[in-house]
Amino acid sequence: MTTTCHDDKDMSPPPIPESVILRAEHLGRTVQDKILIQDANFELKGGEVLAIVGPSGSGKSSLLRLLNRLDEPTSGTVFVEGTDYRNLEPQELRRKLGMVTQRPYLFPGTVAENLQFGPAQRGETLPQQAVEELLTQVGLKGYAERDVANLSGGEAQRVSVARTLANSPLVLLLDEPTSALDEAAKLEVESSIQNVVRNHGLTCVMVTHDLAQASRLAERALLLKSGRIVRDGSVGEVLHA
Amino acid sequence: MLRLFFHTQLQLGFAQAAVAALAALAVVFLARRRQIHLEAETLIAMARGLVQIIAVGSILVILLRAPRWTSGFLLAGMIVAAGATSARRAKGMPDAFRVSAWSIAFGAGSVIALMTLIGVIDTAITSLVPVGSMLIANAMNTNGLALNRFRSDVLAHAGEIETALALGAEARNSVSPYVQASFEASLIPAIDSLRSLGIVWIPGLMAGMLLSGARPVYAAIYQFVVLAMIFAASGLTSLSSTMLIRGRVFSPAQQLLLQPGRS
Repeated sequence: MTTTCHDDKDMSPPPIPESVILRAEHLGRTVQDKILIQDANFELKGGEVLAIVGPSGSGKSSLLRLLNRLDEPTSGTVFVEGTDYRNLEPQELRRKLGMVTQRPYLFPGTVAENLQFGPAQRGETLPQQAVEELLTQVGLKGYAERDVANLSGGEAQRVSVARTLANSPLVLLLDEPTSALDEAAKLEVESSIQNVVRNHGLTCVMVTHDLAQASRLAERALLLKSGRIVRDGSVGEVLHA
Repeated sequence: MLRLFFHTQLQLGFAQAAVAALAALAVVFLARRRQIHLEAETLIAMARGLVQIIAVGSILVILLRAPRWTSGFLLAGMIVAAGATSARRAKGMPDAFRVSAWSIAFGAGSVIALMTLIGVIDTAITSLVPVGSMLIANAMNTNGLALNRFRSDVLAHAGEIETALALGAEARNSVSPYVQASFEASLIPAIDSLRSLGIVWIPGLMAGMLLSGARPVYAAIYQFVVLAMIFAASGLTSLSSTMLIRGRVFSPAQQLLLQPGRS
């Protein structure tokens, strides 16, 4: 049996639609009559980088905390790879949706010990080579045995990113990771994030109040106002509309 | 000097209480000058303490003639009251009263029961109730210290705890360092009491035994026995309360409930 060029073209697999990794459905949280998040609906496809932007107090961090269930939604839910996250063990969910907080909160000890923390929770040990690779990704090659007490703010935040990546998350959640840093440290951390997210195709949700940073790192953005998503689209559409 | 003015024992007692209360109020006054306001809490605590101890003294007069089994009820009532008192040190922590009452019942109750069974504590009401109350009171203090320290540590380290949770740690593991620190800190007074026994202080029980004609060496040994029992009761109480409370600061979905600004 022979095939023609035309046939070859017809038989080539159709482009695979990017699978939806995360879907928020009617997600909301109200605490003591105060609405923090109201009826949030959005999807996140594999490899997508989504920025959540909005004024202070608009609910950006609250939305991120709902995504890995550090807070409980009072309405709606989140589907992770099609599974309602209430049916997942919290440890498994949080491993899959790895979060980097505004402040790094490193545990006392060495950088390597911090990277080992996540895998150790499942009784696993990260090989030394994997530790070095993660540190290289965030621009901290050779830092494994350093005491975290001696790191600068930017270095600590990059260790925090590497520590989250040590859990091999499906999605990286970043909660204003550079807001507590000076300009130089901010650029270092941003460069590490860019390397991790862009070069390794990691799916990412990033909360930021820095619109320039959102346009540098993300392709898509959600604009939040008073706990509601008021705009969802490409970064250009959302930020410049 | 007071004896010159007060001739009956009761009058003398009230006069001595008034003088001691004045010394305590002087501390409150000094604290107030440093903008530390202890007035209401101290006044209420002193008034309550005085009324309660007089009431218990009056009840003891009746109990001295009551059957031995009534001491069990009295000690159980003390445990409930102790649970309620130390739970106040754990403001905002879920189930603090239940955790405190069960822990004191477990810690102090098991030591009292075991020591009474073996014969270390006499079953006579005049012995069982005062010694039992000492164990319960110390267990209460230890429990209050443990819960208070745990609460402060969790509030101060909410970020670290949530970071551990976000990295896939089990809730109870994420607070392990603070459970350990609370347990250790709560036992400092009991350890210091044992360490300084006879050097820094001669406890009331020993003084009472000497006054009532017991041989000094036996009084001394029995005082050590009581302090060792206090340490055991306090340690078991603190161990129990820190273990019980650590799971209660999280929701079933392992979310930290005790957070700055929320408690």
